[in-house]
Amino acid sequence: MSGHSTYQPQSAFMKWMERRLPIAGLVYSSFIAYPTPRNLNYWWTFGGILSFMLVAQIITGVVLVMHYTPHADMAFNSVEHIMRDVNYGWLLRYLHSNGASMFFVAVYIHMFRGLYYGSYKEPREVLWILGVILYLLMMATGFLGYTLPWGQMSFWGATVITNFFSAIPGVGETVVTWLWGGFSVGNPTLQRFFSLHYLLPFVIAGVVVLHVWALHAVGQNNPAGIEPKTDKDVVAFTPYATSKDAFMMVAFCMVYAWFVFYTPNYLGHADNYIPANPAVTPAHIVPEWYYLPFYAILRAIPDKLFGVLAMVASIVVLAFLPWLDTSKVRSARYRPLYRQFFWVFVAVCLGLGWLGAKPAEGGYVLASRILTFYYFAHFLIILPILGKIEKTKPLPNSIADSVLSEGVPIGAPAPAPRAGASA
Amino acid sequence: MSSAHSTRRDFLYIATGTVAAVGGAAVLVPLIAQMNPDASTIAAGAAIEVDLTPIAEGQVIKVFWRGKPIFVSHRTKKEIDEARSVNVATLPDPQSDQARVKPGKDQWLVLIGICTHLGCIPIAHQGDYDGFFCPCHGSQYDTSGRIRRGPAPANLPLPPYDFVSDSKIKIG
Amino acid sequence: MIKRAILALVLTAPLGAFAAPASAQDAHSTPVPPKQSWSFAGPLGKYQPAQLQRGFKIYKEVCSSCHSLSQVSFRSLADAGGPGYSPAQAAAVAAEYKIKDISDAGEPIERAGRPADRFPAPFANEKAAAAANGGVAPPDLSVMAKARTYERGFPWFLVDIFTQFQEQGPDYISALLKGYEDAPKDFQLPSGGNYNKYFAGHSIAMPKPLSDGQVTYDDGSPATLDQYSKDITAFLMWTAEPHLMARKRLGLQVMFFLLVLSGLLYFTKKKIWTQVKLHPEQLQARPPTEYKH
Repeated sequence: MSGHSTYQPQSAFMKWMERRLPIAGLVYSSFIAYPTPRNLNYWWTFGGILSFMLVAQIITGVVLVMHYTPHADMAFNSVEHIMRDVNYGWLLRYLHSNGASMFFVAVYIHMFRGLYYGSYKEPREVLWILGVILYLLMMATGFLGYTLPWGQMSFWGATVITNFFSAIPGVGETVVTWLWGGFSVGNPTLQRFFSLHYLLPFVIAGVVVLHVWALHAVGQNNPAGIEPKTDKDVVAFTPYATSKDAFMMVAFCMVYAWFVFYTPNYLGHADNYIPANPAVTPAHIVPEWYYLPFYAILRAIPDKLFGVLAMVASIVVLAFLPWLDTSKVRSARYRPLYRQFFWVFVAVCLGLGWLGAKPAEGGYVLASRILTFYYFAHFLIILPILGKIEKTKPLPNSIADSVLSEGVPIGAPAPAPRAGASA
Repeated sequence: MSSAHSTRRDFLYIATGTVAAVGGAAVLVPLIAQMNPDASTIAAGAAIEVDLTPIAEGQVIKVFWRGKPIFVSHRTKKEIDEARSVNVATLPDPQSDQARVKPGKDQWLVLIGICTHLGCIPIAHQGDYDGFFCPCHGSQYDTSGRIRRGPAPANLPLPPYDFVSDSKIKIG
Repeated sequence: MIKRAILALVLTAPLGAFAAPASAQDAHSTPVPPKQSWSFAGPLGKYQPAQLQRGFKIYKEVCSSCHSLSQVSFRSLADAGGPGYSPAQAAAVAAEYKIKDISDAGEPIERAGRPADRFPAPFANEKAAAAANGGVAPPDLSVMAKARTYERGFPWFLVDIFTQFQEQGPDYISALLKGYEDAPKDFQLPSGGNYNKYFAGHSIAMPKPLSDGQVTYDDGSPATLDQYSKDITAFLMWTAEPHLMARKRLGLQVMFFLLVLSGLLYFTKKKIWTQVKLHPEQLQARPPTEYKH
């Protein structure tokens, strides 16, 4: 996707084709010859892993739909039918339900990598914002999908989340009734959620194309946070980045397989094996783990409207990050102060996630409030000020220089995850 | 670079590619297998029993086995004679009437009621041969369910069945 | 970065300690079910057909008078990785049950069960079940072993990922069956309730279902409440997760395959990158215009 291709078709057919539909040239320039910074570490492999997870979710999802029945009276039983009767149905369903979690594991690593290395900064603002949109779409898709088995958590999760919209002054109730297609969550709700759950992944795939397009227009950021200047700074995407991506993808699949085959219900809720019952609310309504930090923020605010607004703002604030961070230096490697604050922020997000799973009472609420305040302060106070006062370390002249100065052999770029060592 | 080195490298690449290809093929197994009939469908396709007592002479009833219509025809003497008087060699799909019924049960004809042309259900007691007539494309079957005229290539097939008693059959 | 990530986790840990008293208080009122050793736990876990058959006998003779098992079909009793009945035995079990159907004449009838049928419910519908049981319908047991759990708390919920501890449901069910006691003097038991140590709130509508000697085993296993509670729980784990053995077996094969493939890919990647190190001049030359800025 990067301008005119240097691709030279070899066979007569490919020459004929290239004049009419230059798709081979596009693939060649985007995924083979495309220059990638030579110092990318393993944290940069998660973009490829995310593409893999999207494809895996679409394939298993399409297959599950062949057996699933989106009706309030039959949904729960049809999921059990998949688990019991369909050939490999248990495998496909566990792949899909755990795949959603793995998708979020990968996206969170991808996002924190962007935060650490300043990947959102000029000229990558649009690339970053497209990423925030993808994240929002993923959250919507995950939520819609979780309602489909029509267990207790499905039903009450759908009830609670859709009730966010009742916080809108004046028209809230009307909007919620419209979302439900009834006066409570019921079969019409399930059917429209199913329709949208099937639709959104393809919207995600479309935005992914834009995301990759934007990436290839501006080029990849890298651990040094400086742009490539010469051939010495880059390697061809294939085979260098592809071989690295492939290794990490398979290593990631081992984590995925661990959950699917050995602890398939660990990331779910026991309550979702109880069929939806509009008369009984589960004792603890907890969203899926990947929403927990935002759920903690929601509950930290003792006001319905402002709670919902704070939760929305906690995601929307990410889109403004390119302008909130005033530092001219991208990578945290050369920002000693930011690096400290980054890890505090990671700890705060983990803490919020943990609090989101706890009942909203006593010390938990107080802790949630402190961490919620810090979450917003990180973006709105710390980052703008830090950029002005921080004394950054000198940047290397080039990517090649930074690789050499670290004394790390090029063949084994910086932090190799444990999976590599044990393989 | 020595040739031994490049051989070792090639071996590594070939081994990796082969193992990855095996993995890719293995992933296809569940994706393909899930479209085959599931355990509940197979169980629902178990054998059924049909009581013949309520079927009057000259009557054809329709029952379902594995989602397919099964015709059980209580043939009259005339229908049996019609089926047996024809010269088998002249038929499009030559088969004697005796081969299409159980020995000693000449009056009971049991057929899968699906036209061998394109899967429509023929109508009993219609057509020029007093047997079955397919309304979709005009195939005509005789009183033994054999194709006589029209686009269908073969006789109406027989389901696996047995007489449990004189008045009861088990299909499947 | 890995080290830092661990540090971030450690920084969060005090939060757990900070909020721990609240959960400890919960634990006081409802004790955590004791951890049992289950044959189906762990990466090599397997069901024991004899135990599942004993558990099925308990379901048939005791539980089934109130609890349905509506997701389970008779034929699955003969499935691989289950109680190990033959198809003929499964058909014989099915034939013992009466299934509501409609005759050829359109009349509602009851016929003998077939292998393809599912276990019939003891009550006509949920309202009838509730009316016959003091207002609360006894829940279906098909996926009960996956539908119950208890809080593991920090840091155990993280440790469980690695130890593959997944048996909260079975632990809870077997504890509950053994958890019937006389209510403490200061406890106000609502009418129609039975005191159970492990039930949230302690007042459970189900009367003590199993006692020593209640079910006669054919295989000489001890006819004790302890044994009953284990066997019925194992049976309910099987009804909830009938393909558990196939899952764990395939899992082992997949993990081994991924280990080999990731090893090969690691060395492939290393080899490819060594070329960059040894021969940087081989990198593709590109015109300077291809670089931004």
